Amino acid sequence: MSDTDEPPTLQNTLLKVEGITKTFGTLKANDRVDFDIVPGEIHALLGENGAGKSTLVKMLFGSLQPDSGTIKWRGQPVTISDPMDARALGIGMVFQHFSLFESLSAAENIALSLGGEVSLSRTAAEAKRVSDEYGLPIHPDRLVGELSVGERQRIEIVRCLLQQPELIILDEPTSVLTPQEAEKLFATLEKVRREGKSILYISHRLEEVQRLCDRATVLRLGRVVAHCDPRAETAKSLAAMMVGEDIHDVDRRKAVPKEPAKQQPVLVIDDLSQPPTGPFAVALRNVALEVFPGEVVGIAGIAGNGQSEFFEAVSGERLQDRPERIRIRGKNAGHDGPSGRRRLGAAFSPEERLGHGAVPGFSLSENLLLSRHATDGKTYVGALGTIKSRALTSALERIVQALDVRKSEADPLASSLSGGNLQKLILGREFDRAPALLIANQPTWGVDAGAAAHIRQEVIDLARAGSGVLVISQDLDELLEMADRIAVMSDGRLSETIPTETVTREALGLMMGGAGNGEASAKNSPMLPEGTI
Amino acid sequence: MRVELVRRPHPSALYGALSPFLALLITATLGAIMFAILGKAPHLALYAYFIEPLTEVWSLHELLVKAAPLILIAIGLSVCFLSNNWNIGAEGQFIIGAIFGSVLPVMFPEFRGPFVLPIMLLMGILGGMTYAAIPALLKAKLNTNEILSSLMLVYVAQLFLDWLVRGPWRNPQGFNFPESRNFHADAVLPEVISASGRAHYGFVFAIIAAVVMWYILNRTLKGFEIRVMGQSPRAGRFAGFSRAGTILTTFLIAGGLAGLAGISEVSGAIGQLRPVISPGYGFTAIIVAFLGRLNPLGIVAAGLVLALSYLGGEAAQISLGVSNKVANVFQGILLFSVLACDTLIHYRVRIAGRPSAEGQGV
Ligand SMILES: Nc1ncnc2c1ncn2[C@@H]1O[C@H](COP(=O)(O)OP(=O)(O)OP(=O)(O)O)[C@@H](O)[C@H]1O
Ligand SMILES: [Mg+2]
Repeated sequence: MSDTDEPPTLQNTLLKVEGITKTFGTLKANDRVDFDIVPGEIHALLGENGAGKSTLVKMLFGSLQPDSGTIKWRGQPVTISDPMDARALGIGMVFQHFSLFESLSAAENIALSLGGEVSLSRTAAEAKRVSDEYGLPIHPDRLVGELSVGERQRIEIVRCLLQQPELIILDEPTSVLTPQEAEKLFATLEKVRREGKSILYISHRLEEVQRLCDRATVLRLGRVVAHCDPRAETAKSLAAMMVGEDIHDVDRRKAVPKEPAKQQPVLVIDDLSQPPTGPFAVALRNVALEVFPGEVVGIAGIAGNGQSEFFEAVSGERLQDRPERIRIRGKNAGHDGPSGRRRLGAAFSPEERLGHGAVPGFSLSENLLLSRHATDGKTYVGALGTIKSRALTSALERIVQALDVRKSEADPLASSLSGGNLQKLILGREFDRAPALLIANQPTWGVDAGAAAHIRQEVIDLARAGSGVLVISQDLDELLEMADRIAVMSDGRLSETIPTETVTREALGLMMGGAGNGEASAKNSPMLPEGTI
Repeated sequence: MRVELVRRPHPSALYGALSPFLALLITATLGAIMFAILGKAPHLALYAYFIEPLTEVWSLHELLVKAAPLILIAIGLSVCFLSNNWNIGAEGQFIIGAIFGSVLPVMFPEFRGPFVLPIMLLMGILGGMTYAAIPALLKAKLNTNEILSSLMLVYVAQLFLDWLVRGPWRNPQGFNFPESRNFHADAVLPEVISASGRAHYGFVFAIIAAVVMWYILNRTLKGFEIRVMGQSPRAGRFAGFSRAGTILTTFLIAGGLAGLAGISEVSGAIGQLRPVISPGYGFTAIIVAFLGRLNPLGIVAAGLVLALSYLGGEAAQISLGVSNKVANVFQGILLFSVLACDTLIHYRVRIAGRPSAEGQGV
């Protein structure tokens, strides 16, 4: 390569994007996008849900092809026709939606992407080394299917680092992490930057962008609206650039029920214990909780402490040993599946959007049917089990309106929606039912600031209208903003709930480490994501 | 050096639609080469194989006779495959359906009347269902691999039929031939147009099954459930669909249709039970299901194509003097081409050096 002949400015830019355009149907997901990255910088890519961030980085990684425009790598125009080209150039990526095989171990997943020339044990050792070096604890021998999202993401990052890329693209890496986990990630990223490598960083969390990033490119509706220095901006001014308007604060009016004890709880969980579902899943131990109409109850905790198991137990994806373990609006539901529980008035929004909350290859209206066929059977399913597609599309229209879901065509495949927009749809699908009980796991994962505020407001409004809401989240700020009472889940146990007014972040942080319930923590590292030892 | 398949980010929709036709074209080309190697003039051979059977009315009837079981079975299989259940044992379900359906005319030949035939058909369906329920229950309850269990049950069924027609069900007036007694007139599935040829109502059943199943799969909640469970079992569980329920339903549908095909074949085309009642319909139907893109309407077309490969095999045997095993070769080539076309539409071949070395070269 004749780098030395290039003028110094070009030699300095690692990656330069010029006039990139990408159209899906009639929608311009990227419209003449320009920006560049120099070695040793952390460059932020900002924009609301559906602004085109993932589309742009997918083109840089070769999983999408631009319609027009050029990509220059170290001054040379390059065609990146697939991820292998990207890796060969020195570009690594951690996707917004994970790309790991659940039935393989972490080491096997890593070995696969290395091309199979390296033995599994050496890969595992290498992965361990990198994970130690960068402070990203992973367990190479565990099946990915058994791991928390946080650990899955660490595997993706380790896999990416192993290939010694010059540029690492991270698509919303912290949206699933706890503040502590995110802190560790930042340390890792700063170490990577010190080594002279560059990072392209997508996030909806503006504070962390301001802390971490040297420059930012802001997208709105597929176009670059600004290049700026995030440190010279405020979170508010950045958000305003993204949205084109100001973002409202969430209004948490006082809880209505004066004496909850007099009311019948919408959800009672009575001493729920269950063995782990797999070798690395978490056992639930003596979980007890009541949710009353009119209130939002939050469950905080570090991922992998039993939240997914808890969600599956409450949603009926896993049944209980006795029917009275779980009572929904006074009825025993422990032996009912998800449909039975929905008929009692419950609604569920799981953590993983693709493959759990939605079928990627199905249209949005079909995905609507996924959680609504049991409760709104008459509306959407006619005689002889015929699906009423017209009713579905009009309901879809309503939900899309209510939550401002942005999409490229009338009824696209779920997989073509941007991450945040799919999340809005999955929640909107449940809001639309006005359920008596809503249980949501990570409701604003990957949702932009404006939409997140909107979703939180919807959750609070639902509760104030008389429903009970249970929110599982790793985002303490979110819980402090929405919840009336907060409990902490740690190692499969759930603490007593504490009224949000009296709770402090420090106290919650301590409880998350396992010191709740007055028990001494057996763990020396409260950051360890998995509760099983 | 290493050859690998890389997923195409945007598989071409056009080629997706053309894929079955491309596969047919490739099959014909390879067939021509094969005939040339056998020393036959390729164009004459292909004509004899693919065109000639379509030029006469009686052989068009034969085409429908052969297509009926293929289509019926393949429709059931497509339901299984769509829900990610790999029922490979349709041949066995076909045979057991034929046996169940034959109970009445073979064991109670004096029992006559217009209701004999409907009872036989229902018994045939029931037989196929019962037999398909075995691998289904094993999978639902014990997590056994349905590919193995359903396949092995084929051999059990074949041997059971063989034993029946040589032993207890052998025709008392049949000079010790291994055959059951001939079905009496009330037990024979009538021809559709008896004046012009042998095509029986089995083909009508196949068309009805195709239309009904297309509707169920694409327009009803049950079909939705089947597709969800096939594509994303976790989302299916979240939706409240039961895994065991789907396994059982899809196997019962497949078994029932295979059983109906079996009794229709015996009662419409053969007229008695013999040690061998199928030239491998249950296996060929797997090709039909895939060539028809797991779509019931596509399967009707694919069933006719594969039926033609059987007829062509017979025709080629007579007019060219090649073994009728050529039909099997053709079917093999066809399946291979279908799968290859589909794979190459979704993936492209990449010949890679050592990727790690490449990575450091920059
Ligand atoms: N494969 C596709 N087919 C059709 N439309 C698509 C496809 N992929 C993305 N889109 C559309 O392009 C737009 C941009 O999507 P993209 O995923 O880039 O957004 P994003 O900025 O990453 O949003 P988020 O913050 O929600 O992840 C969206 O409106 C989306 O619906
Ligand atoms: Mg995105």
